[in-house]
Amino acid sequence: MDQNNILIDIKRVSKSFPGVLALDQVNFCLRRGEVHGLMGENGAGKSTLIKVLTGLYQRDDGEILFEGEPFSLSSPQEAAVHGLSTLYQEINLIPALSVAENIYIGREPMRFGRIDWKKINGDARQAIRKLDLDIDVTQPVSSYSVAIQQLIAITRSLEISAKVLILDEPTSSLDLAEVAQLFEVIKKLKEDGIGILFVSHFIDQVYEITDRITVLRNGAFIGEYETNKLPRIELIAHMLGKDPETFSLEETAGRTQQEKTTTGQTLLEVKQLERKGSMMPFDLTINKGEVLGLAGLLGSGRTETARLLFGIDKSSAGSIMLDGEETVLSSPRKAISHLFAFCPENRKEEGIIEDLTVRENIILALQARQGIFRPLSGRRQSEIANKYIELLDIKTPSDSQAVKNLSGGNQQKVIIARWLATEPQFLILDEPTRGIDVGAKAEIQRLILGLSEEGLAILFISSELEEVIACCDRIAVLRDRKILSELSGEAIEEANIMQVIASKDVNQ
Amino acid sequence: MKLRLNQKNIPLLATIAVFLLIYLAGSLLYSNFFSLRVFVNLFIDNAFVGVIAIGMTFVIISGGIDLSVGSVVAFIGVLAAKMMHDYGVHPILAFSICLGLGAIFGMIMGSLIHFFELPPFLVTLVGMFLARGLAFLVSLNAIPIKHPSVDAIIDFGIPLGFRAWLPATAMIFIAVTLVGIYLQHYTRFGRNTYAIGSNEQSAILMGLPVGRTKILVYTFNGLLSALAGVVYSLYTSSGYPLACVGLELDVIAAVVIGGTLLSGGSGYVAGTLIGVLILGLIQTFITFQGTLSSWWTKIVIGVLLFVFILLQRYLSKAGAGK
Amino acid sequence: MSQVQWFRSENFQRMLWPLTALFCILLFNFFFTPGFFHIEIKDGRFFGSLVDIANRAAPVMLLAIGMTLVFATGGVDLSVGAVMAISGAIAATVIRPDYVKGVLEYGEVQSLFLVLAIPLFFSLLAGLWNGLLVAIIGIQPIIATLILMVAGRGIAQLITQGQIVVFIHEPFQYIGSGFLFGLPFPIILVLLTFTATYLLTRRTGLGLFIEAIGANSIASRFMGIRERMITLSVYIFSGFCAGLAGLIVCADIKAADANNAGLFLELDAIAAVIIGGTMWGGRFTIFGSVVGTLIIQSLTTTILTRGVAPEVTLVFKAFVIILVALIQSEKFRRLFSSRMPGKKLGAS
Repeated sequence: MDQNNILIDIKRVSKSFPGVLALDQVNFCLRRGEVHGLMGENGAGKSTLIKVLTGLYQRDDGEILFEGEPFSLSSPQEAAVHGLSTLYQEINLIPALSVAENIYIGREPMRFGRIDWKKINGDARQAIRKLDLDIDVTQPVSSYSVAIQQLIAITRSLEISAKVLILDEPTSSLDLAEVAQLFEVIKKLKEDGIGILFVSHFIDQVYEITDRITVLRNGAFIGEYETNKLPRIELIAHMLGKDPETFSLEETAGRTQQEKTTTGQTLLEVKQLERKGSMMPFDLTINKGEVLGLAGLLGSGRTETARLLFGIDKSSAGSIMLDGEETVLSSPRKAISHLFAFCPENRKEEGIIEDLTVRENIILALQARQGIFRPLSGRRQSEIANKYIELLDIKTPSDSQAVKNLSGGNQQKVIIARWLATEPQFLILDEPTRGIDVGAKAEIQRLILGLSEEGLAILFISSELEEVIACCDRIAVLRDRKILSELSGEAIEEANIMQVIASKDVNQ
Repeated sequence: MKLRLNQKNIPLLATIAVFLLIYLAGSLLYSNFFSLRVFVNLFIDNAFVGVIAIGMTFVIISGGIDLSVGSVVAFIGVLAAKMMHDYGVHPILAFSICLGLGAIFGMIMGSLIHFFELPPFLVTLVGMFLARGLAFLVSLNAIPIKHPSVDAIIDFGIPLGFRAWLPATAMIFIAVTLVGIYLQHYTRFGRNTYAIGSNEQSAILMGLPVGRTKILVYTFNGLLSALAGVVYSLYTSSGYPLACVGLELDVIAAVVIGGTLLSGGSGYVAGTLIGVLILGLIQTFITFQGTLSSWWTKIVIGVLLFVFILLQRYLSKAGAGK
Repeated sequence: MSQVQWFRSENFQRMLWPLTALFCILLFNFFFTPGFFHIEIKDGRFFGSLVDIANRAAPVMLLAIGMTLVFATGGVDLSVGAVMAISGAIAATVIRPDYVKGVLEYGEVQSLFLVLAIPLFFSLLAGLWNGLLVAIIGIQPIIATLILMVAGRGIAQLITQGQIVVFIHEPFQYIGSGFLFGLPFPIILVLLTFTATYLLTRRTGLGLFIEAIGANSIASRFMGIRERMITLSVYIFSGFCAGLAGLIVCADIKAADANNAGLFLELDAIAAVIIGGTMWGGRFTIFGSVVGTLIIQSLTTTILTRGVAPEVTLVFKAFVIILVALIQSEKFRRLFSSRMPGKKLGAS
């Protein structure tokens, strides 16, 4: 290895938290002018590694070298000074301030003790031109799209003189054209000798842009590979911990399409439902005893669809027929009264009530439907809670444990339990297995299939295509806030789905 | 900086519109309303409110709030009076000590808010009562201020013609406003307050000195509250522990009416200046009217504040619906 | 739950600190204040320092009970002192409507019902105003209630025209200085309000809903909890409690003093709620708030008997609140404890 070319060398770094070994002797090596992908399932340790590298966490063991010198940061500000910049999924800019100001804030050029605005604007124009961007730098950042904002954020990092750029899920909110634009910029940065750490779960993109890939699993270092020498199936196998030779999708709790039982009657008939600025008009049919999946990239509108069906957002046009009768879902309360249920994607902010107990979290939706004056007795609450603790194998010492002490996966199960307790007829699950270990994932997938066999109608959203394929009877494919088409039966297969998403849109 | 007719500037434009409207109404209805003297009186009578409002602008832009200002004015006023009256301390020294105390008071509150992540409303509410209690500790009754140096300051002023003149207190107000505009537009401290108020998390990740700026904002406000206390004691020639109860609402009203968003991240010191003048205009209008009792001023201010808050909420909802 | 479990439960733990603090204050007085615990019965009524403390604390206790629920939803009601003033002003005006115009003779005697109902009605209206601003329009509670805090006192002053309206109305005075079952009537009112609030929040789903809304309002909305209705209601309730407290004060001094009624009492109420262990947005305990009020009141009494001027107690109260807020702040506790954060259960 050419030592002079190595920017970052992480050797056998470990980091643990109480009860959890987050990083176990992990290696990582980033060279100048290289795009290096960091891959792994949720909980693999990717974000921990980045936080250790940039000074948000302190490592317990191992060493980190930056340009050959030992390297130990205590804060993100220090990281920036050394030329190490991280760009997170949420754009970290100040929306109300101008582009130019965002690029230079904290280091504004001064003249005679005052900020030199002329220079800021002039320098900013030059800086963004390096990225082939041509925008008005005096406008507020909020007036530009997320993709442009990202490029502005990159410009800021470069101006602080970045040697290493860490991009954490940079393409989650971008459409294909914007991704292409971003990749052009990344290629330019490569030529300038900047090392780029690229974290993404979009396998296609990783294969398109990276030179090397490092795989982590459960905090352990699995291996470093050259991208063009690593077949996809092997990569997925490494990430899931399966033997590439024998790996097959049937390992998950799925069932083949032949096993699918006939669908029941139609529960919901959605016609041309639309929400301005959120979803283009779409049709959808939800049947009892059937699992309908929504597949698509992040930002394609899957959660927006769910929110419309649960009454969180109001539609601007279109109709919904429930059991043949026209219904307006004007609020979650209304939807719940029709026995709908919704497990949101963002469990921390929209699902879990941290300070309440497991028991209270589980019975809360049921209690809400019963109203103020029909309280569930303490005994009944415990009965219900314990029933689901057992059913879903929720790991908690008792039902009076505060929910905030549970791990992410168990918190997710509590939310599912909460809705199951209301005995719904339509269950919407938005990323229900995110952050859950493989074993528990399979449990939940089995549960979903079991529930649909009992007659429940289920809408299942997941970013993991294998999961969607394994659990669903039908799949609606979305892109850019539009439902493109539906696949069912034999047509359900990863290649087909990806093709639909990638297809050029003929009618707009 | 170009002036754009966008969501950001609508509050400021509304402010200017209201100001002109009231001025027009008053000028048409009452003779002598449209005179230099009346206009200058706006600055004189509201100098102490204005000084605090400038500081409060920075606090609110940075996403915080300070409920202690009225009590600090009273405490500083009565402390300065006692120092001069009972202990013969020279006014300049007394006032300087008071300014220092005000800054320290603000710094302590800012530190509690930042280091222990306590809510600003709670810390400054406690500050409100601490300062009030300290004021009573200094004296239960009003203390007059009589000192040749003080008289010299009070008598000092610039004649402006048309029977109007600009006293020291009003000059302090104008000076503070100019300093405020400078800080806001030409210093990193000023720009950082916008960033923090807009999105504190982002500001931290962008490496901005969030802690330092937050503490500095409250320190600065404490200093200005003390300065306002000095101005108030000069204005009334006394220190009174029960002074300025409820002043914080007037100050917040001036800032909000001046176009600063309560949620932080947006607003102009110049707008606050107009907001303060509007407050003064209302009082003047009512005085000219003659039949309404003075507490009507509070009601009108309350209504105006309410209307501007509604406007801000409407604008933010309209903006978010994009 | 078994007896042992209850002692270990979170509910009891939260009450432990305030109860201990109260115990300490009482202990201090046991040693240093002669006759502190002395209670005698005269004409079938209880008399003594302890009774005094509870009696004088009664108005604040009512405020604190109302404030507890508001606090639990993540809000605050700064207007309670002003509402007390309005309530007293209206009551006095109902009794002697022409006093402010200089007519000193009494007209017809008003029924007790009117003297009570009209002020309480307007107190509910005040609470409704706050609730609408916060729950429907979405204004920050601090600002929304600050408006009424200042404007409200102005309204009270308008009603009494700045004068202190004195009156005699025996049935009404009973509210402030009468006795029932040997205890001063204000204490009885507090007991009634406490019981009613307890039953309404803990024996129905309401308490849990309030805590859920305060802890995570989005999740609550997604579960179909009527967030707006409940938030509106807690402010109405707070207004009602303030109105009731205002009546007690007014009946006690047989006068309506718009300038001073309830002045600075909102701080006492907030202090009591914080000391009592209610979270700002989450778990609440009205029993804790009552204990908190007793702590503040007995602290104040203890200080006053040492000869300090009453206005200066503001300084002490300020320190106590900040101390309690600090203790509840995680960052502060981290300075003193080197324990690691709790172990996460189950696989991550």
